[in-house]
Parts: sequence; C-alpha cells; structure tokens
Amino acid sequence: MTGISVALDQVAFRYEDMEMLFDIRFEAGGLYAVMGPSGAGKTTLLNLVAGFETPRSGRILFDGRDMTRTGPDRRPVSMIFQENNLFTHLTVRTNIALGLRPDGRTGPEDDARIREALERTGLAGLEDRLPGELSGGQRQRVALARALLRDRPVMLLDEPFAALGPALRRDMLEFVAEIHRERGFTIVMVTHLPDDALAIAERVAFLDEGRILACAPPAEMSDLASKLPQLGRYLGTYPETPKRPE
Amino acid sequence: MNGPAGNAATLAAAGALATMLALVAVPLAGLLLAAPPGGTAADILHDPYVRHVAGFTVWQAFLSTLLSALFAIPVARALARRGAFPGRTALVRLLSLPLALPQLVAVLGILSVWGGNGWLARAAMALGGRGGPDIYGLTGILVAHVFFNMPLMVRLISAALERVPGEYWRLAAQLGMPSRTIWRLVEWPAIRAVLPGAAALVFMLCATSYTVVLVLGGGPGASTLEVAIYEALRFEFDPPRAVALAMLQLAITGTVYLVLRRLAAPMEGGFIPQTPFPRMDGRHIGARLHDTFWLTTAAVYTAAPLAGIVISGLSADLHRLAAEPAVRAALLTSVLLAATASLAALFMTWALLQPLRGARGGTGEGILARAGDLAASLVLIVPPVILGAGWFVILMPTGRMDWYAPPVVAIINALMSLPFTWRVLQPAFRDVQQRHGRLCAQLGIRGIARLRLVDWPLMRRPLGLAAALALALSLGDLGAIALFGSENFRTLPWLLYQRLGSYRTDDAAGLALVLLALIMVLMALAEAAGGRKGAP
Repeated sequence: MTGISVALDQVAFRYEDMEMLFDIRFEAGGLYAVMGPSGAGKTTLLNLVAGFETPRSGRILFDGRDMTRTGPDRRPVSMIFQENNLFTHLTVRTNIALGLRPDGRTGPEDDARIREALERTGLAGLEDRLPGELSGGQRQRVALARALLRDRPVMLLDEPFAALGPALRRDMLEFVAEIHRERGFTIVMVTHLPDDALAIAERVAFLDEGRILACAPPAEMSDLASKLPQLGRYLGTYPETPKRPE
Repeated sequence: MNGPAGNAATLAAAGALATMLALVAVPLAGLLLAAPPGGTAADILHDPYVRHVAGFTVWQAFLSTLLSALFAIPVARALARRGAFPGRTALVRLLSLPLALPQLVAVLGILSVWGGNGWLARAAMALGGRGGPDIYGLTGILVAHVFFNMPLMVRLISAALERVPGEYWRLAAQLGMPSRTIWRLVEWPAIRAVLPGAAALVFMLCATSYTVVLVLGGGPGASTLEVAIYEALRFEFDPPRAVALAMLQLAITGTVYLVLRRLAAPMEGGFIPQTPFPRMDGRHIGARLHDTFWLTTAAVYTAAPLAGIVISGLSADLHRLAAEPAVRAALLTSVLLAATASLAALFMTWALLQPLRGARGGTGEGILARAGDLAASLVLIVPPVILGAGWFVILMPTGRMDWYAPPVVAIINALMSLPFTWRVLQPAFRDVQQRHGRLCAQLGIRGIARLRLVDWPLMRRPLGLAAALALALSLGDLGAIALFGSENFRTLPWLLYQRLGSYRTDDAAGLALVLLALIMVLMALAEAAGGRKGAP
C-alpha cells in the first residue's frame, strides 16, 4: 500500500495553558521531519493525527476523507513511540502478531507474513525472546516490524531512536528511508536533531508554541533561519551550508 | 476517547460509585432518621457520661500520638544515622509488622507481655515486686496504640530524613558539625516538616480505634465513642444514645480529616530506606550508646508481643480447640465472609478504575476518575462501627437480624478494605494505562482480548497483593462482627473476644495463633495466585 496525504485543517487543541493551531498538509508518500523546541507540540501533532487526542475544532483528513472523530485503530496510521512500543510481558512474535490480529490469536496462515516481517527487520531467530532481552535498537525494530505488518499508509515516528547511539541511530534512519522507498508510506518523523532531519527527510516542518511556522526542504532551512528568528534561535549552531549525505 | 469501550468504562465506574455511596448513605440515613428530636439529642450531649467518653476519646488519642512521636523520633534518627549494622534489615522488617497485624491478634500479644499474668508481671513477681502494671484502662490503650503507631511514625519520619540531600550530610561532616548542630540544622527541620501530618494521621487512627479500646479499655472509665456506640446498641438497647454518639464521632473524625487534608498528610506508610545514608557523624561513644538504646528498645517493644502471640498460642490446647465444633464453625464462617468481602472489594475497585483507561493513558479527569480517592476518604470519615450502627438501627425492627447479619458484615468488611485495595491497584493500573494505553488504542486491542493480553498479565501481582490485604482486614475485623455476632453467627475474632471475655485466656491465645496462621496462609495463597513472575 502506498502512502496517502494527511491534512490538518485549522486543527485547534488546548494542552494545559497552551493553545495550539495546526494547519498543514503532508503530501502522499512524502517523508517529513518535524522539529521544534521541547514543549512546542510536536508529539501532540502526531497524537492528533493518530487519534490519541481529539481536536477542539478543525478537521483531520486522510486522502481527503474526514477522520477527525475516527478511533485510533481505524485510522490508516501506525505510530511508533519514543518508548513503550512493546508489551514487555509478551514475546517478540506476539508483539508483532498483534499488528495483524488485535486479539493476538494468529493462525498458520499468518506465519509466512510474520516471518517475512521478522526477516525484513533483521529479527529472525529472536521471535521467542521477551523485549527485556533485546537491545534498545532491536526493540524499536520490533515496533517497525509490526508497523510493516500492519501496512498502514501513514507512519508516524515520535523520536523512536533518540535513546540510541549515533551509529545505531544512523542505521535505523537508513532503514526508515528504505521502508519509505519500498513501501512509499507517508512518513512523519519528530526529531530534535537537525542531522537526523537532514539525513533522510524530504521536507522539514518547524514548530514553535503550538504553530507550524515553516515547512521547507532541508536545504532551505539555513536561509529560513535568517528570516525566522524562532528557527534561528532553535538551531543556534546550525552549520552555514548543510550538506546532505547520500 | 469516547466510544463503546469508553461508555462501558464510565458505566462500570458510575455503577460502582453509586453502589458504594448507597452502602454508606443508607446506614447514615438510618442513623439520622432514628435520631431523637433535637431536644433529646442535646440532652444526650449534656449527659456527663457521653461528655466523659468524648473527652476520653480525644485525650487518649492525644496521649497516644504524643508518646508515639516521642518514641519514634529518636528511633528514626538512630536508624538514619546507623546506615549499616548487623540486623538493620531485620529491624526494618520487624517495624513493618505491627501495621500488618490484625489488631485483635496484636492485643493478645501485648496482653501476654504486659498483662496481669504476662511476662512483665511474672518477672516483677520473681524479683519480689507486686506484679506488673494494670494493663486494663488507659495504660493498656496507650501501650497498644504506641505498638501500632510508633513504627508507622518511624516510617514517615525516615522517609523525610531520606529526602535530605546527601550533600547535606557530607557538608556537615566536612564542616565538623557536632551531633547537636546536625540535629538542630539538618535533622529537626526535616522531621518538623512531616511531623504535623504524621501526628494528625496517628491521631485519626487512635481516635477511631475500636478493637484496642474494646479489649483493653475495661469499663466505662476508659471507653471511646466507638466502643460506647457498640455498648449502647448491644447492652443498653438504647439506639437514640448510639445515634447521638455516632454523630459526635462523625463530627470528630470529620474535623480531624479536614485538618489532615489541610496538612497534606501522608496517607501512606512511607518506607525505611535500605541503602545506607552517606553519614559520617555520630561516631562518638555518646551517640553510639544513645542510638543503641533506642534501637534496642524499639526492637524489644515490637518483638516481645509478636513472640508472645506464638509462645502463648503454642502453649494453648490447640488439639482440643481444633476439635471444638464452635471453633470449626467460626473458622468456616470467617473464611467464607472474608472471601466474599475481598471479592466484592476487588470487583468494586476494578470498576472504579475503569475511567483511568483510554488512549491518553490514565490522565482521567472528573469525579469518576477520582472515585476511588473519594471512597478511601469516605471510609476514613465514616468508620465501620458507624456503618454497622446504621445498619443495626435499620434492621433491628425487622426482627430478623440473624438473617441479615452475614451480608451486612460482608458489605462493611468490603467497604473497609476498599481504601487499601484502591491504594494498591490504582498506581499499578495507571502505570499500565500510561505505558500501553496508546498502543492498545492503535492496535484495537480491547474487551476480552485486552483483559487476556494486557490487563491480567500485568495486574495479577497487584491484584494478588490487594486480595491478600483485603483478606487480612476482613479476617481480623472485630468492629462489624461485634455488633452483629450471635450464637449462630460467629467469626474467629468474635469467638476469640468471647473467650477472652469469659477469662479463658489460654483459648484466646490459641485462637489468636490460629487466626494469625489462617491469615498468613490465605495471604500466601492470594499472592501465589498473583504469580511470582509479573511485569518487570
């Protein structure tokens, strides 16, 4: 299944004392990075798209269909959280299988697909382990495997690799880019590291105090930073001429 | 998240809350309706006996709190200063026992040490004295209240000392502060911060103390309102007086509760840290002697009654007791009642927890999400004896007390356990929702599948612990059964109390041991059902 577009149409949300207003369109099959200072509303933006929060007003459209009030499991979305993506008391296999059947009761006909997802994420042989017996990188791979199996056209990543070391994080980002190339999902990835955004994102959305202030290709970020004081302040030591590693 | 699941959760919690409120409101209404017209109520308040009892209730609670605090402060200080000594862990464990012990069993232990024929009296006699102290009356009440509440206060104060930043101790050592200065500048300010709250909590517990006063009070001279309510209903057949006393009791507990809220008192026990403090002070001989004295005293004071339960229990004729039909019947009644009450408490708590579900992960709002907190507070203000008195006044005219007694006792025991099951289950449940709420919502795991895959495996341990607590509370209860017990309806504590009342002390000691063993077996079973392996 290839990606579909996600549009937030004047979506208003209030969290404690902060009024947020999101108005943005993520194009079908795009790979977006979302950046901004902590508390800017990055996770809230993803929660709204995934259906974990309900807006006060405005609409959320998937491929033009209004799903503002649709439950999280009926939206075309898989979200990967920063942590707690897995049930720690269930095996890797069951955790993945839940993406296929929410009651965890898979039949022999599902075996091939589960095995394929395990192999694709380099987890073959680990299916009977508990999450506690895996490394941080492996755990997030299990979450990715489940997302692959669910095959929902929109994938949201809420800094899932923040706790990993630099080399591992690069590998995981490269893996996300591969998934993007193969499946064509629409991917929205929250990150606070400009390098992550530069590494794979096609466009970068910048958030501050509950608003989206810019959405542009990574190459244009430094130009924008000189015009947009919030972005300049946030980036601080941002390199003058960012290079995009290929 | 609204939706079918959300509505079912709201319905479950609303139902449980309504049931619980009704179970408190009905007996209260019964009391109010039975209340004599205003003039008579005022007469009763002017009754010198009632005034004496009210005064004594407050006075013994005040003295108990004062003594507990005076005992607990040096013990907590010594425990904090001595981070590592052989037996420290054992002492910490020992100090956690009195609160877990049914009051009646503990009182038997205290009697075996301090009683007329207890170890202390015998030791005094052997030394040519006139025997021990007269345990019945204010002395006994204070001894028992300090036994329960000194350890509680040690825990609360220790938790406060634990919160002192490690740098303070290192700084004090670097500056070479003498012990007295450390006390004045570091320890006392930390203790003073928790003392009012801890004292208010202990005062509340002692002002509503029932079992201790019933057994050790011994007569009108040393009676509290709760015991006077029981006597008014069961011996004097004077419901109006019971009602007036209940109103007075409600006024006192309500006032203390408001003070408690004001002081933001710790409603939970705190803990004594296992890890040593970075302490370098208190090395000189004076401080060592001081600490050794207080720690030894606390250990002996706490351990002696516990040993007393076992030793006097074993010297009773356990074979004859086990063969007695009355004992067997009481044992069966106790187990059935406790199982029913515990199950009811668990179901109610589970229903009250449901609003905490949802994708947001347990950040439920509104009155329903706090329903359990409300329940916990309600039972603190309206103690079991008041609930019992209400039901008693309502049911007495039916003339079928025998028929109604078991369910009413079960209901009161269930309500009594609710604050404890809530405090065990609520944090665990909230944690599960926060960790997995969004994931379950996204994957569409709900209903039975959610119960099987998520809630049960992650909650079975806290559920086992909550069940064990509820069982222990119900099995040890004397408050409700004292009002409703009869020849045909006897629990183990009630039988024990009757034997004690007819001076069959050996039987009582044996029954106390049986009760203690039963509680420990049932608690172990409940915890085993929860499984040792659980969430990491």
